[in-house]
Amino acid sequence: MKKIMTGNEAIARGAYEYGVKVATGYPGTPSSEILENITQYKEIYSEWSTNEKVATEAAIGAAYAGRRAITTMKQVGMNVASDAFFFAVYTGMRAGLLIVAADDPGMFSSQNEQDNRHYARFAKMPMLEPGDSQEAKDFVGLGLELSEKWDVPVLLRTCMRVSHSASPVELGERNWDDEALPPKWVRNQEKYVCTAMWAKKKRPMIEERLVKLSELADTMPINRLEWGDRKLGIIASGPAYYYAREVFPNASFLKLGMTFPLAKGLVRELAAGVETLLVIEELDPFIEDQVKAMGIPCRGKDIFPAYGELLPADIEHYCAEAGLLPKEKVTVKREIAPKDLPGRSPVLCPGCPHRSTFYNLAKMKDLIIVSDIGCYNLGALAPFFATDFMGSMGAGFGVAHGFEIGDIKKTGQKVLGIVGDSTFFHNGVTPLLNVVHNGGNSTLMVLDNGTTAMTGHQDHPGLDKTLHGPGKRVDIANLARACGVEHVIKVNAFDVKGVEKAIKEGLAYEGPSFIVVEGPCFFVGQGSGPVYEVDTATCNGCTLCFRLGCPAIVQSDELDEKTGRPKAWIDPVLCVGCDMCAQICPRHAIGPVVTEAKPASGNGSKPCAGCGTAG
Amino acid sequence: METMNFLITGVGGQGTVLASDIMAAVGVAAGYDVKKSDILGLSVRGGGVIGHVRWGEKVYSPIVPEGKADFLLAFELLEGMRWLDQLRPTGKVLINQQRILPVVVSSGLAEYPSDERIDAAVAVATPAYYKVPAIDLALELGTSKVLNVVLLGALSGLLDVAPEIWEQVLTERVPKKHTQTNLKAFHAGRDWMKGQL
Repeated sequence: MKKIMTGNEAIARGAYEYGVKVATGYPGTPSSEILENITQYKEIYSEWSTNEKVATEAAIGAAYAGRRAITTMKQVGMNVASDAFFFAVYTGMRAGLLIVAADDPGMFSSQNEQDNRHYARFAKMPMLEPGDSQEAKDFVGLGLELSEKWDVPVLLRTCMRVSHSASPVELGERNWDDEALPPKWVRNQEKYVCTAMWAKKKRPMIEERLVKLSELADTMPINRLEWGDRKLGIIASGPAYYYAREVFPNASFLKLGMTFPLAKGLVRELAAGVETLLVIEELDPFIEDQVKAMGIPCRGKDIFPAYGELLPADIEHYCAEAGLLPKEKVTVKREIAPKDLPGRSPVLCPGCPHRSTFYNLAKMKDLIIVSDIGCYNLGALAPFFATDFMGSMGAGFGVAHGFEIGDIKKTGQKVLGIVGDSTFFHNGVTPLLNVVHNGGNSTLMVLDNGTTAMTGHQDHPGLDKTLHGPGKRVDIANLARACGVEHVIKVNAFDVKGVEKAIKEGLAYEGPSFIVVEGPCFFVGQGSGPVYEVDTATCNGCTLCFRLGCPAIVQSDELDEKTGRPKAWIDPVLCVGCDMCAQICPRHAIGPVVTEAKPASGNGSKPCAGCGTAG
Repeated sequence: METMNFLITGVGGQGTVLASDIMAAVGVAAGYDVKKSDILGLSVRGGGVIGHVRWGEKVYSPIVPEGKADFLLAFELLEGMRWLDQLRPTGKVLINQQRILPVVVSSGLAEYPSDERIDAAVAVATPAYYKVPAIDLALELGTSKVLNVVLLGALSGLLDVAPEIWEQVLTERVPKKHTQTNLKAFHAGRDWMKGQL
């Protein structure tokens, strides 16, 4: 039976069909839906771990125990996880282990662009690159087999266009004895204790294994030569293969499913059989460099950029420029849409608890706002523009401390470090300890909206639920106290003045201060309150409420007679009654609608079934 | 046959992803090879969204090639206008007649294009412009949430796929308690389109 599935759904299905018993991960676009889909298979234990390193270690431990395991993360998550999988290449496991990392060429939702294929070479582990959903599912099984046969973790490298594209997948069954106990552990220090004397002994074996895997690669059906016209031979993998197939339907191809170690024999065979050899790959010249190191001339990044996606239109364009495609074959897109159309950036949702923080911060001068990854990074955009930095998970605290020890206060400026709740548990606790232990004076703030919102509302240790049910809640303020912070303040996110007071107190305090701004994300909270409205007789068009950046508050057509400025209007379909605008209106012109019931609403009232789970 | 290319655009939260899911499943049920691709991520926070769906004998890439969209299904006027460049001269445009103001517009930093500008731009792209009153039809059924299915119903009126296939896929894909509302929404859109032809 065939079913249309996204790449992420197909990887989850593969985990089910190929006997995975343990799945871990940390959410991150475009990888989050893999684990979410795995939860539908009751045979598999799954958890959101606190970060990617913890998730990878947990999966490694499960594979030591003898269970097939998989761990999932977005591309930058692999940076966090890397400390763990490097040693697993030395130890091997007692069951298959698959590390799934989803790259984001084109940076649709990432702070940097990176080609995670380098990690395969760096850590010396084999890597599979699926190009569509069927391959995504099949490669899970193949990866686990390789992992077990060669006693090494396998990297399954996907990317946004594989994870979030969908195509038909042939479904199979799970032929696995789910009741069987794992084999009893037998102490084997030489294998599992990575002390230098034992680890060193394995170094030659790790190199030999790569040579043998490279030989095997020539015989693997997922690496295949497709002979066509002999003028042009193309080496491609992942989605780039399908893009290239569309642009060059008649060329000869080497389609690579395993890109590390490289199928060198097949590369030589293609090179010998064609006039021009071309490598089409997104991001870095990963395959190309290996081909050139073999002494085989080829074209690649001399034609294509080493950044962004390489969609069919890009391949057409660059190949035509390089003389590999007749210019008349390139589709010319018409230019119809005016260039000055207003953009539509993402914004904090109506009812978002982060709004009060950024409304206040936008007004504060001489304050360096060191922020972090999450919805609250939208505070960087219109109308707040209230952040100075955002880099990586936990850096909101780590870098804030750096500003302090860099003597920034001598310039008369203060520093505020901001992380979200999930981010705090992910990598914010260790920089907090660092501040406390080293006698720092940072003001640090956790925006606690009770969920991992940006990636689709996953759980984290600050909640009393897990992927499967009840969980033990770790209190953020208590944890900060336990870390040695003496000035800990909790404030209600929906109290605009209270948030301002807490920030000012925190900044004035000598020594580390810690502010928890509590208020649930609208999508996990109590739902809509009464809809608010503007009393147009009282509103004088002061425009202050627009500075909240609420999608529900818009300029009406009515101008104030004195000021000539537009009065505010609240869209009843979008308003969820958070009350923040009423609190800041200097003329008290905003309040709840008393009589009318809320109409059937559009976006903003409940999570959208289609996109609500998107990262 | 040549591959049929659909672009589905709108604002995060309008249900475009479910629409592209249904389009893909209908393509499979109608016997085509199908690929689709959605840009997710930040889009749920009210950003613009775009989905690609392709039906054909053999589909390699999930991306609609530049300038080769056969159908542009827009959930919102500005987003429909934004993607007109991707339409073939023979392509068809269906736009839900609804404005959702971006924050740059609602806060007075930019201006939403006028009806005249939108009509003029679409007229350059194609003579086949269907102004679907999808939001009104959805609200008549009691909820704006079925807007996506009304639009699919309208699109179905231009495609050679039996309505039973659409009904079957819808029944499989939407929550059971909303099946009837969604089937009504589908036929409201489809009947509207039949009235135009």
